[in-house]
Amino acid sequence: MAAVRVLCRAAGPALPVPVSAFLCLSRAASGARPPPVPQRIEEKRRAALLGGGQARIDAQHKRGKLTARERILLLLDPDSFDEYDMFVEHRCADFGMDSSKNKYPGDSVVTGRGRINGRLAYVFSQDFTVFGGSLSGAHAQKICKIMDQAAMVGAPVIGLNDSGGARIQEGVESLAGYADIFLRNVLCSGVVPQISLIMGPCAGGAVYSPALTDFTFMVKDTSYLFITGPDVVKSVTNEDVTQEQLGGAKTHTAVSGVAHRAFENDIDALLNLREFFNYLPLSNRDPAPVCECHDPSDRPVPELDTVVPSESTKAYDMLDIIHSIVDEREFFEIMPSYARNIVVGFARMNGRTVGIVGNQPKVASGCLDINSSVKGARFVRFCDAFNIPLLTFVDVPGFLPGTAQEYGGIIRHGAKLLFAFAEATVPKITVITRKAYGGAYDVMSSKHLRGDANYAWPTAEVAVMGAKGAVQIIFRGKEANAEQEYVDKFANPFPAATRGFVDDIIQPSTTRRRICQDLDVLASKSQASPWKKHANIPL
Amino acid sequence: MGDKIESKLLAKNAKVNTIPGFDGVVKDADEAVRIAREIGYPVMIKASAGGGGKGMRIAWDDEETREGFRFSSQEAASSFGDDRLLIEKFIDNPRHIEIQILADKHGNALWLNERECSIQRRNQKVVEEAPSTFLDPETRRAMGEQAVALAKAVKYSSAGTVEFLVDSSKNFYFLEMNTRLQVEHPVTECITGLDLVQEMIRVAKGYPLRHKQADIPINGWAVECRVYAEDPYKSFGLPSIGKLSQYQEPLHVPSVRVDSGIQQGSDISIYYDPMISKLITYGSNRAEALKRMEEALDNYVIRGVAHNISLLREVIIHPRFVQGDISTKFLPEVYPDGFKGHKLTDLERRELLATAASLYVAEQLRSQRFLGTLRIPIAKSKRRSWELSVRLGDGIYPVAVSKDGSSFSVEVDGMKLNVTSEWNLASPLLSVTIDGTQRTIQRISRNASGETSIQFLGTVYKLQILTKVAAELSKYMPEKAEEDTSSILRSPMPGTVVAVSVKPGDTVSEGQEICVIEAMKMQNSMIAAKTGKVKAVHCKAGDTVGEGDLLVELE
Repeated sequence: MAAVRVLCRAAGPALPVPVSAFLCLSRAASGARPPPVPQRIEEKRRAALLGGGQARIDAQHKRGKLTARERILLLLDPDSFDEYDMFVEHRCADFGMDSSKNKYPGDSVVTGRGRINGRLAYVFSQDFTVFGGSLSGAHAQKICKIMDQAAMVGAPVIGLNDSGGARIQEGVESLAGYADIFLRNVLCSGVVPQISLIMGPCAGGAVYSPALTDFTFMVKDTSYLFITGPDVVKSVTNEDVTQEQLGGAKTHTAVSGVAHRAFENDIDALLNLREFFNYLPLSNRDPAPVCECHDPSDRPVPELDTVVPSESTKAYDMLDIIHSIVDEREFFEIMPSYARNIVVGFARMNGRTVGIVGNQPKVASGCLDINSSVKGARFVRFCDAFNIPLLTFVDVPGFLPGTAQEYGGIIRHGAKLLFAFAEATVPKITVITRKAYGGAYDVMSSKHLRGDANYAWPTAEVAVMGAKGAVQIIFRGKEANAEQEYVDKFANPFPAATRGFVDDIIQPSTTRRRICQDLDVLASKSQASPWKKHANIPL
Repeated sequence: MGDKIESKLLAKNAKVNTIPGFDGVVKDADEAVRIAREIGYPVMIKASAGGGGKGMRIAWDDEETREGFRFSSQEAASSFGDDRLLIEKFIDNPRHIEIQILADKHGNALWLNERECSIQRRNQKVVEEAPSTFLDPETRRAMGEQAVALAKAVKYSSAGTVEFLVDSSKNFYFLEMNTRLQVEHPVTECITGLDLVQEMIRVAKGYPLRHKQADIPINGWAVECRVYAEDPYKSFGLPSIGKLSQYQEPLHVPSVRVDSGIQQGSDISIYYDPMISKLITYGSNRAEALKRMEEALDNYVIRGVAHNISLLREVIIHPRFVQGDISTKFLPEVYPDGFKGHKLTDLERRELLATAASLYVAEQLRSQRFLGTLRIPIAKSKRRSWELSVRLGDGIYPVAVSKDGSSFSVEVDGMKLNVTSEWNLASPLLSVTIDGTQRTIQRISRNASGETSIQFLGTVYKLQILTKVAAELSKYMPEKAEEDTSSILRSPMPGTVVAVSVKPGDTVSEGQEICVIEAMKMQNSMIAAKTGKVKAVHCKAGDTVGEGDLLVELE
């Protein structure tokens, strides 16, 4: 948390704030009666609303960032925010922290509950204008309080992160605060959706809270996530790297896979978060939400009849298929820049939220590799935890071969996706658009993994491998006509259909109608797995 | 008839009007003046060897002819080493009017009236109609009879077209003959009631024509718009490619015909002509046909590629076009700085703002409507009014929306408008009634941050709708640095690189050709936007490039 120290020091001197001046006065005049309680309440509230004071608010704005309260204002429905703990102050007495000028009502985080499109959400918003948003014991306690309540009530927790890190002056108290939050992140996991929006620095141990939540979004150019900052990196590994390169939005959305999406600025991020929120159920006790839908559920999709190219080696865009099938072409893609050979995200079918997983033939032929398996697995597990039906579009030539993949543990990581699909008990609908080869066929929500409705398009090829490779193995290249024979036998949906591994071969243009009908029926699906403390997914 | 010079000779022999002119060695300026007077002013003078309009000079009197002679003969000698000059009648403000003919193998030939095809860009027709507002019955008959004479002279049998240039005094001159069915044939079919394709097949089979000249009527009026996958904001149309993610022809509008060969999901590729369809409307008179065309264009859904609907719609409602005051120079004359889309009047702007704001509110209201029984009930918003800030172009407009039963009452610029619709947010076409005026609009896109693009009166407008609070806070949002576009050259369209004329280290001057990109059978020269040294070249001949791909960087 070294990067943090710098920020906090910078925040140390020159704390203005008219209110604290007033507090000084009232205490200095010992013996004199403090002002009446209603007035003191009013003054504390006013001070809390001002955070670290106008000068720091201006500085925050100058950085292109909104204040903690402005962010809440944009995130929640108008007049819906009920704030908690406005009067909480930090309890540190060392390094002059107990001086009243170093006390801010509410400390460095704003917490409470509110509504997003009428639905309940718990929110904390770190206030960078108060000690650089650093985490004190009181700060952590405020966050824990709303998390506890969110878990009991069954409503999501949204964290707006903008914090220099630990409150150094408080030492171990601050560390304990982080751990308290981590524990709640873990206990809430799978109980209520947890969303982190990184809107400023988030460094050191602090990063583990977003990492434990279900979704981490970032704001481009103004947010960073890293364990250790560029200075420490330089001293330890002698690498020269900027904050942006090390932990900016681009790095985490495209390279590390730590963040799920990045937005242009605070406003863009918060408005997108509102829209994203509408896809989620409030808790694991709620079904996937159903919104009013104007797109007919039986709408034919004629372009799907021609979307798969006749040459089986030619690529096409799986997003074209997804956009044309879902309601109003709206698809909220998760991790669009990372492991692009698999597409995951949320959409609606006849108003009901669904989670979509699709191989992307446009990128690396849509093969599964380490990153795409992990990306897919985490998404599938979120959907399963929160009762969101899974739609899987399959065009997968197999797992990516090579030493890089084997040394990197493709066996272990590929198993995650297999595990996630097999374990999921939400409605699972699978459409094989073209290739479903080898083990990857099994993995991609196949019938064998408790798929509820598995369809093949006429272009589907369910086989152990492509004809060329297969013939080489079977005949060692001696049979000239064998390839055609193999194609005739296996490069079509019949072998799978005759065995009941797909439930039907459907005309692509009818896919939307079929899926909407299935989802209606499967809404009451109930499926149990054997009792266990928890499963042991190959991490 | 394929050879232009040959066909001109044939036409001359068949007593078809051709453009009077002289091609050969002109002794001196006096002789040039004598030739010019013989032809009649104005005349065009240029070196015979110079192609196209290169070095062409227009002379309106003797003095200008002498000057033109001096320049052109010098140029002829120095640039081409060929003394011959071409002096030809210059046709001022020409119209392109063509006669449809039909001839059989038995010596019968008919003229099926004219088609006006003057609205062109880069010599390609864009809007055609039949009949022409310009021709009187005598001119029509004269043109028709000459066209038939030409067809008979060459023993033509099939449907064909004889193209003429017509000057402002209704003098007409033979241009060329097209020995095939033309793109714009449907307008002729509409007004004559003949199925040209059927007639062609009959003729080919050897049957004699079924009609006499007296049987050929002009019934009503027909207009055809060529709908192209083109960006009309770039030189009236640079090709665009992509997948037609949504495509719906306006066949529900009465008296509309659409000739196309594509459907939703089709690819518009760089390998073929970028035409999407021919959109034809018919009416008992021109005003009716044009009104229907307006409606048809508004109801045409084309998504996934750029298209020229905006240009087509602007042309057909332009006062000059409506009056029939057109020529082949219409587009460059009306849009000297290039086409920029529909220019909103104050009222139209208010209508657009009100519609966009109403759509936004309708969407907001819908996003609070969750179905089924909920464990934690929705906190129903009792909100009935919204204070919004709408950005359109460079302007930011405060817009207040209040819900008034099923419609919205919207206040813009201190004026109240009533906006009613079914607010079907999934339909590509949205019928909206604004203060009693029905408009068909298309919401092309929207996103969570309030950005939306709406096709309104044919043109797509980009707007951003924010709540007043969000709009006020957006002043703190950092400006994202924009790329310096003068030192980089990006491909304006998808295509193939034909040639690259520079290499790193070269110094180029402003306007110098850097590379050539071919798209849809058109070669486009990419030029330097400033003088400078080439830093890097990112393409080579033969590369396929997409729109916006980086081609060359300057220092």
